[in-house]
Amino acid sequence: MDGHVPPTADDVPLRLTVPEPAGRPGDAPDFSHIDFGKAGATPKPALDLAAAEAAPFANSLIRVLDNDGNAHGMWADGLETDTLLKGLRAMVRTRAFDARMVKAQRQGKTSFYIQCLGEEAVGVGQQLALRQGDMNFATYRQQGILIVQDYPVLDLMNQIYSNEMDPLQGRQLPILYSAKDYGFFTLSGNLATQWPQAVGWAMASGIKGDTKIASAWIGDGATAEGDWHAGMVFASVYKPPIILNIVNNQWAISSFQGIAGGLSATFASRSLGYGVPALRVDGNDFLAVHAVSRWAVERARRGYGPVLIEWLTYRKGAHSTSDDPSRYRPTEEGDVWPLGDPIHRLRDHLVKAGALSDADYTAMVETADEEMRKAEAEAEATGLVGDGRGASAKHIFTQVYADPPARLLSQRQKAGV
Amino acid sequence: MIEALREAQDIMLERDEDVVIYGQDVGYFGGVFRVTAGLQEKYGTSRVFDAPISEGGIVGTAIGMAAYGLKPCIEIQFADYIFPAYDQITQEAARIRYRSNGQFTCPMVIRTPTGGGIFGGQTHSQSPEACFTHVSGVKVVIPSTPYDAKGMLITAIEDPDPVIFLEPKRLYNGPFDGHHEKPLVPWSKHPDGHVPEGYYTVPFEKAEVRRPGADVTVLAYGTMVYVAEAAAEEMGIDAEVLDLRSLIPLDLETIISSIKKTGRCVIVHEATLTGGFGGELAALVQESAFYHLEAPVLRVAGWDTPYPHAQEWAYLPSPRRVGQALRDVMEA
Repeated sequence: MDGHVPPTADDVPLRLTVPEPAGRPGDAPDFSHIDFGKAGATPKPALDLAAAEAAPFANSLIRVLDNDGNAHGMWADGLETDTLLKGLRAMVRTRAFDARMVKAQRQGKTSFYIQCLGEEAVGVGQQLALRQGDMNFATYRQQGILIVQDYPVLDLMNQIYSNEMDPLQGRQLPILYSAKDYGFFTLSGNLATQWPQAVGWAMASGIKGDTKIASAWIGDGATAEGDWHAGMVFASVYKPPIILNIVNNQWAISSFQGIAGGLSATFASRSLGYGVPALRVDGNDFLAVHAVSRWAVERARRGYGPVLIEWLTYRKGAHSTSDDPSRYRPTEEGDVWPLGDPIHRLRDHLVKAGALSDADYTAMVETADEEMRKAEAEAEATGLVGDGRGASAKHIFTQVYADPPARLLSQRQKAGV
Repeated sequence: MIEALREAQDIMLERDEDVVIYGQDVGYFGGVFRVTAGLQEKYGTSRVFDAPISEGGIVGTAIGMAAYGLKPCIEIQFADYIFPAYDQITQEAARIRYRSNGQFTCPMVIRTPTGGGIFGGQTHSQSPEACFTHVSGVKVVIPSTPYDAKGMLITAIEDPDPVIFLEPKRLYNGPFDGHHEKPLVPWSKHPDGHVPEGYYTVPFEKAEVRRPGADVTVLAYGTMVYVAEAAAEEMGIDAEVLDLRSLIPLDLETIISSIKKTGRCVIVHEATLTGGFGGELAALVQESAFYHLEAPVLRVAGWDTPYPHAQEWAYLPSPRRVGQALRDVMEA
């Protein structure tokens, strides 16, 4: 047959590359492949930053706090102590909430839980830059968005316990919250679906000439979904007011970020190909998180369009209560994560700045633990899905449609609820 | 029917500032079937606009718009192209109200041309309704006349929940009774072609008796309504042809009262037989009217193969195949 070239003598067998993380169980943790940069090294760009100018921001790491709790550089300007204290308190409460719920799940009080241990700064820090009326399309690891707004912790626990006081009436898996009045879109268990939805919400704000903005959230692993790409294309085309957040916590269940393509390019840099500017930020540095969020919020609110932020952090806990990370990664990895712990870093900064004493911090932690203990007792008294006191079966049949069709009415009758 | 669908959207864009229309080629050009022609010019690019070739993105963004408070009426260019959006439709749009306990809702219409008869081959001819009737939380409707198309599309846009609005593309320009060898009769020359001006609605909850009869009930929708009518005429069988119009919700009452009268039932759809909506209909019929049946319920459907090209007329249920089924139930 014609239309081909012949084989050559130096042909080699082709092969498949399957990326492997730097360490597996039993290995010493190793993060030498990541360049963490230096606090204060990255300047603050103009609000109308274009994608073509954004490569330095997408490939470096914006950091404000150094390892000793000192703030550096342009991004440190204008951060109020009150906001930082509010952020610290919300992160401490989020951690206390998580600890209480992980324990409750182990005690069989609920079926499932997901904590955000080590990642508390991203949700809390960004929410403190948003306004009422803005909308988060979060993942299941940004409970801090609700806690920092003083959403009733009891309602969160009632949702996790799936009892009769659950605002979602027991229909959703624990942690898949919905809180419209708190700017928190109903969480999906199917990953990445919220990404184009957030873009659509922001498009609607643009269509109506509104002043509200959207905040989209996704993990490093789920950026591999087609929905991520679709959302980026729509964001690039219609330039709606949105912040596109990728929380790169290194692990998607047992798959390290390299399985989602993280070794080939930074997640932030992918955005540039869509013409959407992007920044890469230390997600365990509350000052950096809040400062960059403020910049991005102002940019979106002023009509400069979408911006993507990759938050570098580390998932210290298991993916969920159904997961065991000791089977796939070095046990000590989380303890030696070079960007440290977001709560301890902010605490050290505030202590150094004289805004917080060690005693204040201890009291803050104790108050949070006590708050969660009390709320948990109250939620447990209301009912637990784990001991058969979950939400009523009648809720199966409501809220399927605005008007229940005849077949649902007859099925409900048959079910006897 | 195209004008009727356009009018419905025109009226709703005019009446409700929250209605927005987008999809592939629907803006400046007015859609490959011209269903949105002129609407962008009239209402501007922020109400009627083109979307990227990304069905998942179109439906995903529409869910966000609906959550904000808009009423998106989006077009998926062919029902065969809807599958990239299947996750967004079935796991998201259909579940927003339920999973948020009504905090968020998803008032959205997904218009999409469905069915065969235009030599569109595998990727422009399929009938995927059963892929959506199986999903709780969406409505699935399919008009078969210009009058219904307009009234039902207005109903769909006003509906507080997501509606899959299937448009039988072979009926866009005129009725089609399966006799492909005959020249097309345009809607303007057909009694069902008359469409009143202005706003009116046609409810989903009501099946329509298209041809009254005493001996056998035919359950059909979309293009197959006309094929069934032709089959009854040609076989000289006194069949009662029902146009279901809506599959979810379903007017079971009209179906069962007809079958109790006739004692026989034939179900016709273009979609593949196995797992098709006809199976659901047959089950409902035997559950509700078993002791009134004088013959087994028969189904005439697309063969269980991918939709072919050259063999279209051997694939699409024809008056001859439907007529054979009518004769079989009469002789059973």
